[in-house]
Amino acid sequence: MGIDPGDDPVTDSYPKRAANVAARVFQGEAIIMNPADSTLFNLNETATAIWLAADGKTTLRHIVERDIVPAFDVDPEDAMRDAGEFARSLAEHSILTLQTEPDA
Amino acid sequence: MGILESINRRAMDMAIPLSVHIDLTWRCNERCIHCYLDHDDPDELSLSELRDLLDQMADAGTMFLTLSGGEIFLRKDLFAIVEHARLRGFDIKLKTNAVLIGEKEAARIAELGVHQVQISVYSHVPQIHDAITKAPGSLEKTVRAIGLLRAHRVHVVIACVLMKPNAGAFEGVQKMAWDLGAEFTIDPTITPHLNGDRSILDLNIAREDLRKIFETESLVGNVDAFTAPPGPVDEDTLDGTPCSAGHSSSYISPHGDVYPCVQFPLTCGNVRQDRFMDIWQGSAGFGEVRAIRARDLPVCSSCGHVGTCTRCPGLAYMEGSMYGPSSADCEKSFVRTGIPSAGMRLGAAARPMSGPLVQITVAG
Repeated sequence: MGIDPGDDPVTDSYPKRAANVAARVFQGEAIIMNPADSTLFNLNETATAIWLAADGKTTLRHIVERDIVPAFDVDPEDAMRDAGEFARSLAEHSILTLQTEPDA
Repeated sequence: MGILESINRRAMDMAIPLSVHIDLTWRCNERCIHCYLDHDDPDELSLSELRDLLDQMADAGTMFLTLSGGEIFLRKDLFAIVEHARLRGFDIKLKTNAVLIGEKEAARIAELGVHQVQISVYSHVPQIHDAITKAPGSLEKTVRAIGLLRAHRVHVVIACVLMKPNAGAFEGVQKMAWDLGAEFTIDPTITPHLNGDRSILDLNIAREDLRKIFETESLVGNVDAFTAPPGPVDEDTLDGTPCSAGHSSSYISPHGDVYPCVQFPLTCGNVRQDRFMDIWQGSAGFGEVRAIRARDLPVCSSCGHVGTCTRCPGLAYMEGSMYGPSSADCEKSFVRTGIPSAGMRLGAAARPMSGPLVQITVAG
């Protein structure tokens, strides 16, 4: 079953991890440092799964359907909404870009 | 608890080498009077050895990487090393005198996403700085490089090691840092030479100069809180670990020796003979360091400063025992609070001040 994207354009964007950040995953949680402003992020497991899947070739909708809903037993529409907010937040901090086209 | 503190705590609990300091070379284009290194070490890790080491460290969970020396820009392959480290997702800090940084180098550092460049400045007065580095014109070149880095929005930290010839210099260097848009850190620290020679400790600043630093609000924050006597010692304090060296941080020399810290020359292995993670997990040296709790320190466990002292186990090791007091830190606890340490009372740390202070960082 597909997820209703509503009017949120983030759903069909292709999130991509920023190249200049430093990152490690400890016990399923990503630690990300943005060297541009020394901001340190600690993502929970769900957010980490999205972060790790953000390859610039996969839409956020597909990541949520493929990696989040089955693994975390969450309501698909809630998951999509939360993922959209998360992706936007990381994009505002320049550690994720939301591309309108996929990488080749 | 902040994110960084939380990560450090987890890394210590899990024995992950979260932070690693690699000296890429001990060669240097300056000859600083307080330096603790030999400069003619010929057997540096090659680029391919370093790439392999960085891969091992990334797999081991290392995130924070400091590349230092010697002068790192004497390595022609420095940017190849940094490029590989960035590919493997490290957070990178460079330590340099910056003399060899020009426009091209500054631009490349910015492009590579280096988090921080720490640059040594000993005085805003060229004659004083250059007399310490024994390199005429060095301050001018260093300051020019800082300007280039800042023009590329690189995060610069100016580090001022204080010693007798520049004891009063920190205010001038601090103002220089502010003017250049850099952070500022001081370190009233002279450490023994790695070969054990302690003669350079004579350069340590006088007690009254250290006291002045401890009473400078722009360096220590709330002076009353900073200089307050220590509170009661509880069981949690005695169960605590002395510092992160060997628990979540490590040091690797230019020829591959692995220590708990750059100031803790206990050789735990060599990455040319063994894989880094095998040394980190399996060496007797790391095992002994990790097992030490404050209550195991025969002198310090009975000291009222034990919960607040900056005791450096590496300096204690260089004084004879990693379980002993570090006389430099005894001195600092005393100067900070006016209360003698147990080590001082027992005469176990009666030598003149000789070691590092926890660095004090001030936002620029």
